[in-house]
Amino acid sequence: MEKEQLENGLNQNRRKFLSKLSLGIGSAALGSLLIPDLFKGGTSPEEELFAQLPHFAPKAKRIIYLFQNGAPSQLDLFDYKPMLQKMHGEDLPESIRQGQRLTGMTSGQSKFPLAGTIFDFKQYGQSRAWISDLLPHTASIADELCFVKSIYTEAINHDPALTFFQTGAQVGNRPSMGAWLSYGLGSENKNLPAFCVLLSKGKGNGQGVYSKLWTNGFLDSVHQGVQFSSGDDPVLYLNNPEGMDRAERRKMLDHLAALNQENYEEFGDPEIAAKIQQYELAYRMQTSVPELTNLKNEPESIVKMYGPECMIPGTYAANCLLARKLSEGGVRFVQLYHQGWDAHDNLPGQIVGQCKDVDQSSAALVMDLKQRGLLDETLVIWGGEFGRTNYCQGKLTGDNYGRDHHPRCFTIWMAGGGIKPGMVYGETDEFGYNITENPVHVNDFHATVLNQMGLDHEKLIYKHLGRRYRLTDVAGKVVKGIIA
Amino acid sequence: MYTRLITGLLSIAFAGLILSMPGCKDSTSSGALPETVSYNFHIRPLMSDRCFACHGPDKNKVKAGLRLDIPELAFAELKESKGKFAIVPGKPEESELVKRISSTYPTYQMPSPESHLPLLTENEIELVKKWIKQGAKFEKLWSFIPPKKAPLPKAKNDEWPKNDLDLFVVKKMEEKGLKPNEGADKERLLKRVSLDLTGLPPSLDLMDRFMADKSDEAYEKVVDELMNSPAYGERMAVHWLDVGRYSDSYGYQDDNIRTQWPWRDWVIHAFNENLPYDKFLTWQLAGDMLPDADKEKILATGFLRNHKYTEEGGVIDEEYRVEYILDKTKTFSKGILGLTVECAQCHDHKYDPISQKDYFRMFAFFNNTPEVGYEGDISVSKPAKAPRLEITTADLDGVLSFIRQLEKDTMMVSVMDELDTLRKTYVLNRGQYDSPTDEVRPEPLSEVMGFDTTAYPRNRLGLAKWTVDKSNPLTARVFVNQVWQMIFGQGIVKTAGDFGMQGDLPSHPELLDWLAVDFMENGWDIKYLVKQIVTSATYMQSSIVSKEKLAIDPDNIYLSHGPRFRLPAEFVKDLILASSGLLVNKIGGPSVKAYQPDGLWEAATSGRGVLATYQQDHGDDLYRRGMYTFIKLTLPPPALMIFDGSNRDQCEVKRPQTNTPLQALVMMNDPTMLEASRVLAEKLAEEQSGSEDKITKAFRLIVCRVPKESEKDLLNSYFSEQLGIYKSQAIDPSEVLNVGEYPHLEVEKSEAAALANVIQLIYNMEESITKT
Repeated sequence: MEKEQLENGLNQNRRKFLSKLSLGIGSAALGSLLIPDLFKGGTSPEEELFAQLPHFAPKAKRIIYLFQNGAPSQLDLFDYKPMLQKMHGEDLPESIRQGQRLTGMTSGQSKFPLAGTIFDFKQYGQSRAWISDLLPHTASIADELCFVKSIYTEAINHDPALTFFQTGAQVGNRPSMGAWLSYGLGSENKNLPAFCVLLSKGKGNGQGVYSKLWTNGFLDSVHQGVQFSSGDDPVLYLNNPEGMDRAERRKMLDHLAALNQENYEEFGDPEIAAKIQQYELAYRMQTSVPELTNLKNEPESIVKMYGPECMIPGTYAANCLLARKLSEGGVRFVQLYHQGWDAHDNLPGQIVGQCKDVDQSSAALVMDLKQRGLLDETLVIWGGEFGRTNYCQGKLTGDNYGRDHHPRCFTIWMAGGGIKPGMVYGETDEFGYNITENPVHVNDFHATVLNQMGLDHEKLIYKHLGRRYRLTDVAGKVVKGIIA
Repeated sequence: MYTRLITGLLSIAFAGLILSMPGCKDSTSSGALPETVSYNFHIRPLMSDRCFACHGPDKNKVKAGLRLDIPELAFAELKESKGKFAIVPGKPEESELVKRISSTYPTYQMPSPESHLPLLTENEIELVKKWIKQGAKFEKLWSFIPPKKAPLPKAKNDEWPKNDLDLFVVKKMEEKGLKPNEGADKERLLKRVSLDLTGLPPSLDLMDRFMADKSDEAYEKVVDELMNSPAYGERMAVHWLDVGRYSDSYGYQDDNIRTQWPWRDWVIHAFNENLPYDKFLTWQLAGDMLPDADKEKILATGFLRNHKYTEEGGVIDEEYRVEYILDKTKTFSKGILGLTVECAQCHDHKYDPISQKDYFRMFAFFNNTPEVGYEGDISVSKPAKAPRLEITTADLDGVLSFIRQLEKDTMMVSVMDELDTLRKTYVLNRGQYDSPTDEVRPEPLSEVMGFDTTAYPRNRLGLAKWTVDKSNPLTARVFVNQVWQMIFGQGIVKTAGDFGMQGDLPSHPELLDWLAVDFMENGWDIKYLVKQIVTSATYMQSSIVSKEKLAIDPDNIYLSHGPRFRLPAEFVKDLILASSGLLVNKIGGPSVKAYQPDGLWEAATSGRGVLATYQQDHGDDLYRRGMYTFIKLTLPPPALMIFDGSNRDQCEVKRPQTNTPLQALVMMNDPTMLEASRVLAEKLAEEQSGSEDKITKAFRLIVCRVPKESEKDLLNSYFSEQLGIYKSQAIDPSEVLNVGEYPHLEVEKSEAAALANVIQLIYNMEESITKT
């Protein structure tokens, strides 16, 4: 009976795929492994699309995206500009600003006094990358990292900028990166979702996140990011209620399968057979997810690496450790968000705490993957939705300043997944205002990430209401210069 | 055997994909070409998909100066190849188009490799050749030609049809070699129609009455009874709330609370009063501009104000003001006209004859409101954004009597208004607020229907009149298709939001037109339309899917069996509450916050505003219908989302239908279901009947039929076993019963706990939350 159910389930998948092409190319590929005849002999364009996936040998199999929500200041962390210290308090020259649009928060300011960072910078590793003293752990692994100093975006406010980074469009209900990957590559395991989301908060000025950022958009909802929580139910509704232990649940599910099977025999609707399968998967998740999310049995060496906070559920450090476990367990895309980087005022005060939250555990994650031999096939990305201005928002003093949003250049880093380690890519002018070398647009970033996963961003398409959609919309070029 | 079945499925379903239309499957998959090749049904879908991106309506993207969407240009001498012609009517062998699509040389073939578009299959190439051979006749897009009632078809099976629409359906089945199913059994039919007309399962009383009524009119009586219940308006409203992207918060990142629910209550009221669809639309689009505008008609215009509003500090006012007008334009075109026109926001539409100018002409109708892009950040947030309608308690005795209670003495709702002096509208280059180019005047899409300025003013009211003009080819078709989709799970046009060139073609074009015309002829009477559908033989068929039917028509496009699909998200909750007796039958009012897993809002919030933390409601508010669940846009209610509910971010006309493990987890562990099981168990435990009768009663309440003997045996033995466990105290029955805030009854705990487990099992049956 189990085989029949499985086949029915696949049949159902196929039916859905064929009629909507939305179940995901990867899952179809999985199906074809199990029942090889299924995909032979067809000649339709859609079928060819499947046959081509992945488009070329992937460098990376999984992604962990450490999103620094609220936009960390590149000028206080990575993009070292002594000129700003020299000209501290002087107005940003118009020759540099060139009338670029400003947010409503600083557009009323009559002056744009430059604010040099108060933090010390040093150079690290073979790339001689400048890194602020705020990030000692990150600095210590500089030879693993590729710093892109020339990324830029089009949005100047948080909501559209975040949405742009996650979905390739500033507005609208488009699928998020993780959903695209789940659609394109499917899940690597049968007990966990392909796309998981972990949230944490720092003490700095926060900007909310929203489920639109991990939406499936017009793709089938199986591709939606599943939000893990730090509470007793790591996945919503996972735990059995009081009085229902695992043996009792098994008994109940056996009765349920019998009732559903009887109904299936009468009605013949493949949805019923698929339903039986989904209950079985749910049952498996009830064991596999808690096993995975339980951090208590991690060895001391690991706790030491990530720092003591990693034992406190819901912290960024705990989420980094959890991300490693999920990724190791075959989750295609793990998305973290850490809030609190939006320092419009009192930046020097706020950024210290934020860096403390993320520095050690971000670096630990990279090194932990490396020691497990997983870094080569896992792409780790660290960065925010835009940068921060070189001029001060509000009152500037000798050692205090705030920075407004700056979309025209900022820094992110990537590690593993076939990205060149130990390099700095792109350059900005001496004011840290404009890009002078190798600009990387958000679309280019997306194209590159897909490329590392073995996907051609121009070919990973989904037709919805008459239009072919891509994560990169109608633009994007793979940044070849950072690929190993 | 299994593999063969699958292979059969494959070839059929793929054929449907190739031309994205069910109507011509046979002609392509089997290799037999249709006798007459139709431009609308065979050629345009193909060309639109593979050619128009570079040789279509987008003037800026036309390559080699060739357009294939207009006959004169397609027949003209090629600009880059003198003496050659893309299409020579009657002569495929001389047509450059045929040579190119048949070629295997990358530098010559079409679609070119750079386009990343799939090549044409052999059958498709043959189809194009035959069309050219037959004279290469172009036609206006089918959906832009006003519908006409075709003569009723004559089917061989004249016994089966109950009303006119069945004639179209059975005729099509005969063409495809299909036969209709037997009628559904009475119990399942009652559950189906009750869910379709009210979103609720039938009560025991209704089940008993209907089963006892052996008269010919029994079914029609039930249909009337259900349609006259207030729950009908709630059921119909759920779809319209998706179209109108209704929510209880402003969206964007701080996402504070808003008060738009009086508009939602008006929608329920309008459906219950059976307000004709033309008025229903007119009021929502321009109720404020009608000569007899009253507060009800103004409230209806909240439709155009339901979209998101930003309260993020530092945004640029005009950027967001434009964003709001774009949303109104999109909602109007997708939800009402069934056209996706967003593409034309940035450039001329690549597939449909809609230029960027056309788009901003339509945009101009909505551009004359006094609303602003940014009223201030969350610290000055109000429950409505200007322009606002003030509702006072006095209004509740007048035209707004459908609003039962106000939260305060005076309430505000966001509605439409017009500026005294016309705001100028410009084409915005690439859709960007800060790149205006040519000035345009308001005008609806002329390709759809001309805009007679002698009859209609050039403003929103004129647009509303144009929309509901009986000559408008789209409005009625789009709505009857939405209603059809609501009932059968998919529309006659599968892409309910796209009646344009890239959309699917209707599976039953004559039926769609007949329904649309009939709907207009009968005064846009929605109840009439719905009744006609649910009293058809097509609807009343059993939903048994035979292997043969599954092989021939896996998606039931030809309707040879009744609809069978999982309930919409809101109605899953309704079924649980109604069957357990917990449902509080109160219409409208502020949305409610029922049980929700802890910490969801808190984890994602910026910490600002009254919705930073989830303050769960208590008492009756826990047991309201699913549609009254509070929708916070940035974190919509998880149980609804898991069952494919709309996130209400944008206008949506069709929900996906998925089947996932997360749904299984909700059904097993959601406190709403656990509490309902407990409450029903305690009620049954109190009754003076045997356990078998109690289980049968629970089964009837939930599954809406009497259990079969095998089902009874299984449930009864599960009950005895569970009872043993609790009696022996192997598990403390209080643990099972200790769920939910609803007061407990003093009953024997072991029995109640065992019953609760049996009821949970019944709720989890696939059939329980499925329309059968």
